[in-house]
Order: sequence, then C-alpha cells, then structure tokens
Amino acid sequence: MLSPELRSQVKYVDVLVIGAGPAGMAAAIAAKEAGVHNLLVLEREQNMGGILRQCIHNGFGLHRFKEELTGPEYAQRDIDKVKELGIEVRTGTTVLSIDEDRFVTAISREYGVQMFEAGAIILAMGCRERPRGALATPGTRCAGVYSAGTAQKFVNLEGYMPGKRCVILGSGDIGLIMARRMTLQGAKVLACVELMPYSSGLNRNIVQCLQDYDIPLYLSHTVIDIQGKERLSGVTVAEVDSNRQPIPGTEKHFDCDTLLLSVGLIPENELTEMANVEMSTLTSGAIVDDSLQTSKEGIFACGNVLHVHDLVDFVSAESFKAGKAAAEYVQGKKREGKYVNLKDGNGVRGVVPQKLLVPDGEAETVQIMFRPAGVYKNATVRVMDGEREVAKLKKLIFTPGEMAELNLKPEVIKGLSGGDVTIQIEQ
Amino acid sequence: MEHQITCINCPVGCRMTVTVEDGKVTSVTGNTCKRGVAYAEQECVAPQRMVTAVVTVTGRKTPVSVKTRTPIPKVKIFECMKQLAATEITAPVHMGDVVCANVCGTGVDVIATKNVD
Repeated sequence: MLSPELRSQVKYVDVLVIGAGPAGMAAAIAAKEAGVHNLLVLEREQNMGGILRQCIHNGFGLHRFKEELTGPEYAQRDIDKVKELGIEVRTGTTVLSIDEDRFVTAISREYGVQMFEAGAIILAMGCRERPRGALATPGTRCAGVYSAGTAQKFVNLEGYMPGKRCVILGSGDIGLIMARRMTLQGAKVLACVELMPYSSGLNRNIVQCLQDYDIPLYLSHTVIDIQGKERLSGVTVAEVDSNRQPIPGTEKHFDCDTLLLSVGLIPENELTEMANVEMSTLTSGAIVDDSLQTSKEGIFACGNVLHVHDLVDFVSAESFKAGKAAAEYVQGKKREGKYVNLKDGNGVRGVVPQKLLVPDGEAETVQIMFRPAGVYKNATVRVMDGEREVAKLKKLIFTPGEMAELNLKPEVIKGLSGGDVTIQIEQ
Repeated sequence: MEHQITCINCPVGCRMTVTVEDGKVTSVTGNTCKRGVAYAEQECVAPQRMVTAVVTVTGRKTPVSVKTRTPIPKVKIFECMKQLAATEITAPVHMGDVVCANVCGTGVDVIATKNVD
C-alpha cells in the first residue's frame, strides 16, 4: 500500500501506451483521434520509431501508404503525426512494473520514478531476438557472435562494422538483409545457413540479398561448432537429417571472424506477465479478443509483443484497432455478447485473436491472422464452426514465412453457434 | 540466351526460364501470372535495384541513412557504394535532402531518409 505522500504523486492517465515503435505510435494516434486527450506514451529509448530506425532498407509501407519507404521514412510519418496531434511522449523512460489494476511504475533521468494509474493500458513493447544461449550450439565463448539485429544497429545507426568475414545462421528476413548490408559495406559473406529445408525469408530477399551477391544458401544445414579464443576464428557447418540432427561426414569449415544469428524473434512480455495476463504458448504473446483486449480488462496488446509480424503495415493496422478499442473502453462503451474461442487446427499455428465476441447488436468484420505450420501448395484454409464450414480462403501457397489473414464477415460472426471455431489448412 | 530466374512478386516464387535475343525477351516459361513476364522483361534485360546505405555526417559520431530516389542499374551498385563511402554531408539534414546528385552518372539522386538536427 502506498503512503499518503506517495499516493498524491500518482498521475492518472486515460490511456497509457508502453512503447513508441510503430505499434505504440499507431495505437496512440488512434486513441487520440477517437477522442482520448489524457494520453501518455512511454518509450525506453531516446527516440521514437523502435526497430524501424535501424531498418534503413526499403520495402515498408506498400500496403498502408501504397508506396515503398525505408524504415526511418515510415517511422517519421508516425512521429510527425504524434507531434501534430500533441500526444505526450516520454522517451528515455523504462517501465518497471504494471499490475492488473493498471498501476504502472516507470523511471527516467528526466522525471525520476513515476507512478501512473491508467484507465486503459496498451502494451506495445515489440519483440527481441532469440540469442545464442537459446540455441545450445557448442563452441567457445569468443567475441564475434552477434544477433543480426545487433549487427544492423552497429552498421546502420552507429556506423561500425562488426566484422570482415561473416557467416549467417538463419535465413529469416533480418539475416538476409544483413547479408547484403555487410557485403555492400565491404565484408565478405561466406554463407547463409538455414536449419529448415526452406527459408522463412521473402523470395525477394533471397534473390536481392543472396543471389545478387553470389552468397550460397545452405538449406537443412546448421552451425555445429564455434571456434576462436578471443575473437571468432571459424565455424563448422553440417547438413541435418529430417529430425534436424547433424549428419556425420557432411561437415564444412568456414574461416570467419563474425557469426550473425537470425534465428527468430520473441515477443517481449515480461511486463505483460507481471499483470497476470493470460498468455499463449503458440504466439508467446497475450491471449486477446477481437478488440485486442487481453484477459485483464482494460489492458490491450498490439504489434510484435502480441505476435511477431512480417510487415510493419500490419502492425500499424492492428495497433490502430487496439488504440480505438482502448479509447472506447475508457469512454465506457460496453461490448455485450458471447465469446467463442478460435482454435488452431491442422497446419495452423498461433491464431490471433484467440477469442471472438459474437455481439448482441450488429457485428463488424473481424480479421484473423495466423502462421501456417509448414509449406502448403494449392491449399484451402477452412474456418469450421464445429463440423460446419463458415469461411474459407484458397491460395497457391501458404508458407510459415508469410502470416496468413482471413476476414470473418458480420453475418458469419452473427451465425456462429457458440462452440469452438477451428481454423485449419487442407492441401 | 537463356536465364533461370526466380520471380520475386509473391511467395509462390515461380522458377522461370527466360530467353533473351538481341536484348529482347522472346519467351518466358514457368510463370503463373503476368506479373512474372513483366519482372522477367526488366530483370533479364536491364536489372535495377534500390540502394540504401549510410553516409557520414561531418563532426558527428553517427551517420545518416540514405537511398537512391529510384532504382539504379544493378551493375552500378558497388560503384554507388564507393561514391557514398567518400561522401560527407553537414548537419542539419532533412529527410529528402539530396546527399549525392546524379550518383555515378545514373541520373538518379541519393537522398537522406532521416532528419539530423
């Protein structure tokens, strides 16, 4: 319990947004435009923009702005809007705790320790990279092993090159982008090594980041040893079998001073868990309903903290929804109806939202997103209300590298029986 | 001459065989849709790429990010990088400012993609 002196220092805000990356900025803009004026955004870094600041390559904004922007340009549009709307943003501010009663503590050099009580909280903390420790790769603990995003920050924001001869483990988009970036900055990229039999990166990046520079992509291969005393001196790569175990006799050695890891992203949910929000083991994010509200009333989540997206355009779209929903919540607009659960079926992983409100009044179209569990060609996604198909989507290809989305129309939602709804892929 | 290329327009990634004669595409096979043909015609005759990089800001510890305003011929990428490595600009820089005009004689300007106060 707070002493009366401390109690008097608690500031009330209608909507508190945690994070000023693309998700937090979009959520704040939407909340403000929906009429919330007592609004505050807290950002750990010194600048708004989040990960876009270091993504200097182009390809952002094609869906939202119908033009191709670089990361900093995309971010700047939201930064300008946040400023134009007069939204208060405290940068250099780390949130220390949140709880289910929406009491928040934060700290910064400028304001010291700060306490807030929020009418609604929007979680927009983003994600972080899976580190070397999570891979259990044998070898020495030498310098020269970086996550791809760390290397990206060095090269693009700080102007340092992390190495001269480089191997990349993982062929997600960040790894591919860094293969090109390191090459253009004068490094030799010897190989990109992928454990799975397919790359989770875009075709465009495989062509323009690897093939353009004759960088070989080794599918179904992994790094099995890391050598070096102080600085990395080399890595050993081997082919893996269908159980992802190295095949003896297939080892290749690379002399290199740098190993970049692009092996997955993990939503950063320490704060979410402090508020006892119910979590999904499939997305590593909160379980949310179609208004992006978590299991705790008035706490919303959006962007990469909820589930890892491929495109920032979709992060922004999702976050606008969260901002609007948080505004409606603090304005006392109640959502009445019955919830149904959306479940992963065959071939589907991590459906978001996991809960869908069948409203008593009129329904609106709801977009559901999920990641295919494997590569499916000429396949159909079926939305099943028990044994009954209520919606479907056909595509030439579904791959784990591309999040799939499907709209449930108002009449479909109104017609749901109330039992669990399953989303499945059939080839 | 025959080229084997992967279409980059969508995740299907069609493997296409493209025949070029006298600088013109005469046949494209393996594509699923017409976007493949358009891509093949560009990629096999005059491939182009956007170039993004960073440029030193005089007296500053951190560089400014830049891009070519439009794609440039793929063969000019390394020459373009070399010219940018030798380029320095002074603050303040605004998004859209020309950092390097007509880079490597391509007729394309390199512009800043962020602000430096």
